[in-house]
Formats: sequence, C-alpha cells, structure tokens
Amino acid sequence: MAGDNPATTSEYIQHHLQNLVYGKLPAGYERELEHGREILSESTWTLAHGSGEVAAMGFWAIHVDSMAWSIGLGILFCILFRFAALKSSSDSPKGFINFVELIIEFIDNSVRESFNAKNALIAPLALTIFIWIFFMNLMDLVPVDLVPKLMMLAGVEYQKIVPSTDPNVTMGMALGVFVLMLFYNIKIKGFGFVKELTLHPFNHWAFIPVNLFMELVGLLAKPFSLGLRLFGNMYAGEMIFILIALMFAAGAGSGIIAGGLNAQLFGDGTNILLWLVTFLLVCFLCWMNLKDKISTGKTLFYTLALLAITGGILGLGGGLMQLVWAIFHILIVTLQAFVFMVLTVVYLGMAHEQDH
Amino acid sequence: MNINLTLFGQMVTFAIFVWFCMKFVWPVILTSLEERQKKIEDGLNFAEKATRELAETKLEIDRKIDDAKSEASVIIDQANKRASQIIEEAKIKASDEGERIKIAAQSEIDLEINRAKEKLRKSVSELAIAGAEKILEKSVDSETNKDLLDKLAQEL
Repeated sequence: MAGDNPATTSEYIQHHLQNLVYGKLPAGYERELEHGREILSESTWTLAHGSGEVAAMGFWAIHVDSMAWSIGLGILFCILFRFAALKSSSDSPKGFINFVELIIEFIDNSVRESFNAKNALIAPLALTIFIWIFFMNLMDLVPVDLVPKLMMLAGVEYQKIVPSTDPNVTMGMALGVFVLMLFYNIKIKGFGFVKELTLHPFNHWAFIPVNLFMELVGLLAKPFSLGLRLFGNMYAGEMIFILIALMFAAGAGSGIIAGGLNAQLFGDGTNILLWLVTFLLVCFLCWMNLKDKISTGKTLFYTLALLAITGGILGLGGGLMQLVWAIFHILIVTLQAFVFMVLTVVYLGMAHEQDH
Repeated sequence: MNINLTLFGQMVTFAIFVWFCMKFVWPVILTSLEERQKKIEDGLNFAEKATRELAETKLEIDRKIDDAKSEASVIIDQANKRASQIIEEAKIKASDEGERIKIAAQSEIDLEINRAKEKLRKSVSELAIAGAEKILEKSVDSETNKDLLDKLAQEL
C-alpha cells in the first residue's frame, strides 16, 4: 500500500494531507493495485489509493473522512446543545447548562452588536457556525499521528481528522453563507440589489460595466475570503504540527526504549502502541495531579522522564514543541471560529441594510 | 486541494445543522433565558416595591407613634388639670365641711352651755333654798315658796 509506511519526508507529509476519498474512477483508468495493474472497463465508485487516483476522480469524489468527522462533530454539537436546551429552565443553571447559556448569551450579544435587522435565522446560524467550526478546529489538537496511525492499523489508508483543513468543508460553509447573502439581498432589496451592483460607486449609466465588475468582485470576494481564511489558518496550523512531528520523528527512535526495546517488542515503525501507553500514563499522571495525589513538580518530572524514556531527547523536544504550539493553537482555533461567525453575521447584516 | 462533491455535502450538512439549531436549540434556550430574565426582573421589582412599602410603613409607624405621643401628652395634661381641679374641689369641699362641722360643734357647745347654765341655775336655786333653809332653820315648804323660788331662779 502506498500509505502504509511513509518512509520519506515528503511521503509522510503527503500521507498526512491526503483525504480518504470515495469517488468515481473513469473508464479506462489504469489502477495500480497490490496484485498488479488493472485497467477499468467501466467507471467505478471506489476508495482512492493515492493522489493520482484522486486527481483522476476529479469532481465526482467525496472526502469520506472530512464528511464523517464534520458530520460527527455537528451531531455532537446538536446533542450537547439539545441536551442543554432540554435541561435549561428559568431556575438557576448549573455546570454544563450554565456554560452553554454563557455561549448562547455571548453569541446573542455579538449578533445584536453587528446585526440590526430582525431575523430569527441569524443567531442560531451564528451559534452553529461558531460551535461547529470550533469543534472541527479543535480536532487539530489531537496528536497528528494518533488517528491516522490507528486507522492504518485498522486498515484504513488515509485519515484527515480536521475537517476545517479541507477547503471543501470551509468553502462549503462559506458558500452556504453566500447563498443566504444572495437570498436576503434579493428578498430585502429586490431591484435595489441590482441597482447596488450596477450604480454603486459611480452613479452614472456609463459606468455600469465598471460598477458591475467592481461590485461583483467585492461580492464574490466575501465567501472566498471567508472560506479560505479558515482553511488557510487551519491548514497552516496542521502543517506546523506535522512538521514538528516530522522534525523529531527521526530522533524519536533514539530513546532508550523506543530505540531498543520497542523495536524488539513491536518491530520497526509500530511504536504507536508505545506512544499510546505513554499517552495513557501521562493522562494518569495528570489525573493524579488533579486529584492532589502527587505534586505538580513531580507530575512534570515524571511526565518529562516518561517522554524522555519513550521518545529520547529529540522526541521529548518534539513533544514539548507540540505542546507549546497546541496551547498557542487553542487561540487560533477559537479566534478563527469567532471570525467566521462574526463575518457571517456582518455580511448578512449588510444584505439586510436597505440604504447603502 | 481538490474541490469535489464534499463541497456540496458540507453545504447540505451545514443547512441541516443550522435548521436543527434554529428549531430545537436556540429558541428553547433563549426562551428559558428570557423567562429567567423576567423572573429576576420581577424579583427585583418586588424587592424594590417591598423596600418602598417598608419605608412607607416605617413612616406610618413613626407618624402613629408621634400621634400617640401627642395624644398621650394631651391626655396627661388633661389628667393633670383634672387632678388639680379635683384637688381644688376637694379642698373647697373639705373647708366647707370643716366649716359645717365647726358650726355644728359650736351650736352643740352652745346648747351644752345653755344646758349647763340651766343646770347651774337650778343647782344655785336649790343651793339658795338649802341656804335659806339653813338660815331659817326651818324647812321652807317648797310648794308654798314655789313662786318665790321660781322668781329667784329667774333672776339668777
């Protein structure tokens, strides 16, 4: 399999950036399979192996991983908030319900600030966008190698777990917003929308083509900037995680156990299991610390020692850098979700304004 | 960087989740938030009203106490006046009574004096007779000398 053991740097990166694609291979395409080459007699829907097949599929393909994770996270959002909605009452809220109400009030206030017209859609839309994108971005904080490796062990070749690093996902949402923008522009302004497009900067009939060009560019720039901003930020963040992982993956084998014992126990390249054990142990240490069983200093010492044993000095350095970047990334994750939400509200607010 | 069907998949999913949020999440939570807001507002209003009423009641109480105080002082004044009046009256009555008792005593004394005088007169007349008898050495017939004796008694 192409993605089985990504040996070189570029293969590793490519493997990480490759979606799990289900699509239609055209007739006459020559597939490279394990048992040899095979020429398709007719167009077939199948999972793609490698980027060449994805390219051959063209438009008629779907990113199974992006869709699954984004729908899963969307359902998580629905369940959490529906639960909160059912539990919330006019009595004093507690715990999670309180947190949800905090978010709702926060969004309600942001919407009130930048959206003047009355529309029952805007606030729920903003809430959905904010939480859903936040969840999708948050997947960036899951260790980069964890899920793809586990999925590979389970036999799935590719897995990209951060849906917002998929331009299809971000542009899909941006297009959804764009459709709403067009709808409300036409609904609220009617013919005024055409006027706005044709006579806006220069109010003279001779300038209609110029105006139309400028306004259309401005109009189209909105969904593009909206979708690509989120995609770019998340893609770059994911890329940095991958690069850090890559930089130190070479050194990860130099650890006492990772270098020797692990190779003995699990064979080359399967230190994922060791990492999983380490991860669980670190979680246990943190839990012990939170329960006041061991001091914070000791927790840090044990954690670092554990990482040094499993990963070696370079692995430890990589882990720490991942941690630092992850902490910084929390900011980006939240900020990008918020920016997407605010811009959506602002664009729709502009669509509701009668006089420009 | 392949744009494909995922784009539309995501659009549809997006629409569905927004619909769900709009129908089952947002209004429910917002309603309960508004209800709570109203509840708190009502509570605050009620508290304010209660405070105001309390202040009013306090004023009322103060006023009533003042009223009662002034009334009490009026009553005390009246009572004092009445008391002094009664004392005056009693004094007058007592002095009248005393006067009356004095007069009665005086008249009784006078009566007694007269009686005593009478007695004395009688005794004197008897003494005179006895003396006269002694002088005459013979008993004077009181019957026969009655007129004389009476005359003497009259003269005494």
